[in-house]
Amino acid sequence: MELLNGIGDFLGSLGTVYALLGAAVAVFLAGAGSAIGVGIAGQAASGVVSENPSLFAKVLIMQLLPGTQGLYGLIIGFVTLSKIGIIGGGAADLSASTGLLILMACLPIGIVGLISGKSQGKTAAASIGILAKRPDQFGKAMLFPAMVETYAILALLISFLAVSGIQV
Amino acid sequence: MNDLEYTYAVARIRALEASMLNDSDIEKLVSCRSVGECFQMLGERGWEDASSLTDAESVFKAEEEKTWSVIKAIAPDIGVFDVFLYSKNYHNLKAAVKAVYTEAHGGNIFFKSASLSGEYLMSVIENREFFRLPGNMPDAAREAYETLLHTRDGQLCDIIIDRAMLDAVREAGERSECAAISDYAECLVATSDIKIAVRCAKTGKRADFMKKAMAPCATLSCDSLSESALKGLDAICEYLSQTAYSKGAEVLSVSPSAFERWCDERLIDALRPQKYNAFSAGPLAAYIVARENEIKTVRIIVTGKQNGFSDGVIRERVRSMYA
Repeated sequence: MELLNGIGDFLGSLGTVYALLGAAVAVFLAGAGSAIGVGIAGQAASGVVSENPSLFAKVLIMQLLPGTQGLYGLIIGFVTLSKIGIIGGGAADLSASTGLLILMACLPIGIVGLISGKSQGKTAAASIGILAKRPDQFGKAMLFPAMVETYAILALLISFLAVSGIQV
Repeated sequence: MNDLEYTYAVARIRALEASMLNDSDIEKLVSCRSVGECFQMLGERGWEDASSLTDAESVFKAEEEKTWSVIKAIAPDIGVFDVFLYSKNYHNLKAAVKAVYTEAHGGNIFFKSASLSGEYLMSVIENREFFRLPGNMPDAAREAYETLLHTRDGQLCDIIIDRAMLDAVREAGERSECAAISDYAECLVATSDIKIAVRCAKTGKRADFMKKAMAPCATLSCDSLSESALKGLDAICEYLSQTAYSKGAEVLSVSPSAFERWCDERLIDALRPQKYNAFSAGPLAAYIVARENEIKTVRIIVTGKQNGFSDGVIRERVRSMYA
């Protein structure tokens, strides 16, 4: 019985750890999504530039599109660290329930960032194919990967509102 | 096979497709007044400069080699595309068998772009080391060589090796994880069977000859096709009209050249969806076939002009382009 109480007390004191885990999840998953996406688009960009170097600027913009998820994860990570006082001093003594709430609030941008980053990379690669054949269709080609961005922005919004709304 | 491995290769192919000839370019080529004008236009589109090469055939060979050098440079696994070299490999095998039989050495009879060189095949046949050949080639080479020795029938020798080629293509299509290659293999075997049936109907060949020459495939019944061929061209058209190749039945009644053209265009049509595929080996496969089709069409135009055919006659034979 004492052992169970001890474990319960220990888990109850991990509020800050849960909150930090939330920040890590936001940065890690969204960053991984962007890395995968930028990598896929980068391969396609290299293929086109090796045959037509004049398209470098256009395909570079396409390659950068899946990079935003990583930035969104970074923003939520900063907001979370600032909220719990790791940045700016005066670390708050969080309860386990508050820490878990912050962890949950960070999940949307983490998970959606990972999935949308990879999907946006594949769409950007396909759009780079459009540029290879029709360089004058840059505007239309950019719209397709930009559509995927919508869902990353929605996830960023929810994570931001949720983290900001939790009372510490 | 991870389709994402082909991201770089497909993007590079898309860039190369931008410089391929389209239907309007082909029309301009047909309208050129001379072969020189044709090659000048091709040179402007990035083709080998004809003035630096000895003849038109050298330009075509250089273009074929260019295609394969690109594919070899960008494909993550070149073995996936071996099926597109089968026709050249088996052609080289036929040439080697006949060259050894006739003891005629030398001459420009081998495809250099094949993965099995003429010299290698000659040494295999001369030393009767058929086991050094890959796939189903050992049995086919032995049978073809012995048949040629015993019967002196070059056509029978060709039939044995061509049938082995069709079987190899069909098996490669069945093995392939790439839908485009499977579609290509099925389409190639089916159109080849139709061509065999048409030629046999015209020359009055027997059913056992057709059975030996035709390779089984999923979209046609060899038995029905050979039965139809025994009855004549109309019966072939009637049978084809009930299959996925009904358009072939229509063009068959127009002219032999229209039918040959349809066979080639059917292959291109099978691969046309790859224009919209951003990943996988499919776009590379389509590029290989599209370039072969492009080179073949330019060859038809140039040969037609060299031999003084009218633009109308040439136009009837040109294939529609992939790009």
